[in-house]
Amino acid sequence: MADIKLPAGKVDELKEVCKKLGNEGGELINALHAAQELFGYLPAEVQELVANEMNVSVAHVYGVVTFYSFFSMIPKGEHPISICMGTACYVRGAEKVLDEFKRHLDVKVGETTEDGKFSISCLRCVGACGLAPVVTVGEKVYGRVAAEDVKGILEEYK
Amino acid sequence: MAKYKNHILVCGGTGCRASQGEEIVQNLGKVLEENSLENEVQVVRTGCFGFCEKGPVVKMVPDNTFYVQVTPEDAPEIVAEHLVKGRKVERLLFTDPETQERVSESKDMGFYKKQIRIALRNCGFINPENIDEYIARDGYAALGKVLTEMTPEEAIKVIIDSGLRGRGGGGFPTGLKWEITRKVEAEQKYVVCNADEGDPGAFMDRSILEGDPHAVLEAMAINGYCTGATKGLIYIRAEYPLAISRLKIAIDQAREYGLLGTGLFGTDYDFDVELRYGAGAFVCGEETSLIHSMEGLRGEPTVKPPFPSESGYKGMPTNVNNVETYANIPVILLEGAEWFSSIGTEKSKGTKVFALAGKVNNVGLIEVPMGTTLREVIFDIGGGIKDGKKFKAVQTGGPSGGCLTEKHLDIPIDYDNLIACGSMMGSGGMIVMDEDDCMVSVAKFYLDFTVEESCGKCAPCRIGNKRLYEMLEKLTEGKGTEEDLTLLRNLSNVIKDTSLCGLGQTSPNPVLSTMENFADEYAAHVHDGKCPAGQCKSLMQYVISDEKCIGCTLCSRVCPVDAITGDKKEPHLISQETCIKCGACYEKCKFGAISIQ
Repeated sequence: MADIKLPAGKVDELKEVCKKLGNEGGELINALHAAQELFGYLPAEVQELVANEMNVSVAHVYGVVTFYSFFSMIPKGEHPISICMGTACYVRGAEKVLDEFKRHLDVKVGETTEDGKFSISCLRCVGACGLAPVVTVGEKVYGRVAAEDVKGILEEYK
Repeated sequence: MAKYKNHILVCGGTGCRASQGEEIVQNLGKVLEENSLENEVQVVRTGCFGFCEKGPVVKMVPDNTFYVQVTPEDAPEIVAEHLVKGRKVERLLFTDPETQERVSESKDMGFYKKQIRIALRNCGFINPENIDEYIARDGYAALGKVLTEMTPEEAIKVIIDSGLRGRGGGGFPTGLKWEITRKVEAEQKYVVCNADEGDPGAFMDRSILEGDPHAVLEAMAINGYCTGATKGLIYIRAEYPLAISRLKIAIDQAREYGLLGTGLFGTDYDFDVELRYGAGAFVCGEETSLIHSMEGLRGEPTVKPPFPSESGYKGMPTNVNNVETYANIPVILLEGAEWFSSIGTEKSKGTKVFALAGKVNNVGLIEVPMGTTLREVIFDIGGGIKDGKKFKAVQTGGPSGGCLTEKHLDIPIDYDNLIACGSMMGSGGMIVMDEDDCMVSVAKFYLDFTVEESCGKCAPCRIGNKRLYEMLEKLTEGKGTEEDLTLLRNLSNVIKDTSLCGLGQTSPNPVLSTMENFADEYAAHVHDGKCPAGQCKSLMQYVISDEKCIGCTLCSRVCPVDAITGDKKEPHLISQETCIKCGACYEKCKFGAISIQ
């Protein structure tokens, strides 16, 4: 097993959650949700830990983690930016907004800036289609975003 | 319980909350206290009113005044004028775009006139976090009636006779599904609510769960009784935190009231519900994938038969229905099959909820009788196309559906008609597109989605869709050939015929329907190297007309890459090398001096 450098408190907390789920493989997805909530992402060490606790193989856990887009193996930025790429946002110009974010931050979708401040991801639909195109930064939702608003949004977090 | 004279209903749906809906609730509460009205007026957070375009929405009860685009700062004026002085706040009323008159009640608005709300009956009326309000609107009465007065067979017959079909997209008769599950003998059976709403641009299931969670719980308990299941599972997207939190509250309250748990309504019937979370995989909307995901596995589909009704969750008979389907159940049992089947068309009964979005004036959630035409939906309810542009297409059925055009506008919407025109009902997403949307790009957009969401289990879907995407990309770059068009069509048909599950069997629909309905546009990309809608970046450039440009410098100021140069009051010039074709200048120019070539 890899050298685990995870904070002990959180490890114990995760073990507790797994125990509550009956340490049973059928509850794996719920356990992974809890783990991502605790650690922010799912690095190899966390996956090994979950595999151990839930009595399934590490390969199985990795298979599940990589299958679902909600699970991430890369730490998100301090201010995670999500651009909704649902159809409603797409036809109202979400792609242009995304291009602007990529250009300003010089990272691709799914990546985090070098200083760890921002990460960009695409969402499938926030369900706030009345506000299309929609961008979320952390918990904050920005509606009717145009390409020229991007600079201003980023300024708020610098 | 306190008795209030007035209620202020504030939309607490995701869209309105994103526009400071919560702050409106708090400010109203504060101002009411300052005016010592907190015991006379109650502020209620409701589910979605549907009119998202004009959100946040605030409705005054009992006089039904409907305020739109309210901000937290409007709270003092609403209280001082409306409640204290009894005068409507004119500036917050909806303005009819045709007559320019202020409309104060929702029933007089074009957006609501043609709607019949069955599945959405409680959304925007009740506080979803208070079970008493649901009960006050006949909530749990259907469950009581079924458990104490009807046999499972009798209840199933009502559902069969009502003609209700699955609202998740497939359109399978709901009562028949229940009957099949009932007939299979097993120690344990399950009923599952499919709340993995993955179609981009569809948000009806989320709105029902946020606005009326008890309706789904009640229907699941009825479903359990009818099929012989004592356990219900709701598979819900983790991306819907508000719906999850409201469901949890609803489950706790129902348990407290003895409406979930053991011995419901004094009978010996037990039923309880648990939540299972999705993790962002579109394919999990397919029943067999969904079941595997609930079992903690990768959400890959398996061949049917066996159907989940025979062998589903943990190998046991499992009845899977969608949220909207469930929301119809209690009303049908209370009002009767005849009432329900009197609404709709011959083969599609009742109503359908659509999430109307895209380039339409009134974006929102609507519910109309089956058989309503696309024209009525887009132009009467939706208020027509944004910015006076020309209607081009409407996409129904999400990534599995197709694009319909002008010639389809007068077809009555139902399951069979939509399939006959090369699209489908799907879960009810309806995206309107105007003349600026390139149909080849739209097809590419959907394929991009499918490629990413294909689970990879079967080759036609995994490899075929990727090849389709690459061909479409070639077309949008102006490098496509006539041969590509033939190949595109052939490959699409192969993928449809040979894929394992519904995802692959329908994923080429956006390609085929756009090729069929917009053949000219495909031809223009191939033969003329032009994108008629001016959307494909490789095939266009922005140019400033020397004659029309007055040198106001606005374009050079909005250009994010400083590609536009020129002196004040002199015609400007766009450097084609630097231009990233973002279109910001085009949108901003007030003199129509910038054109797409």
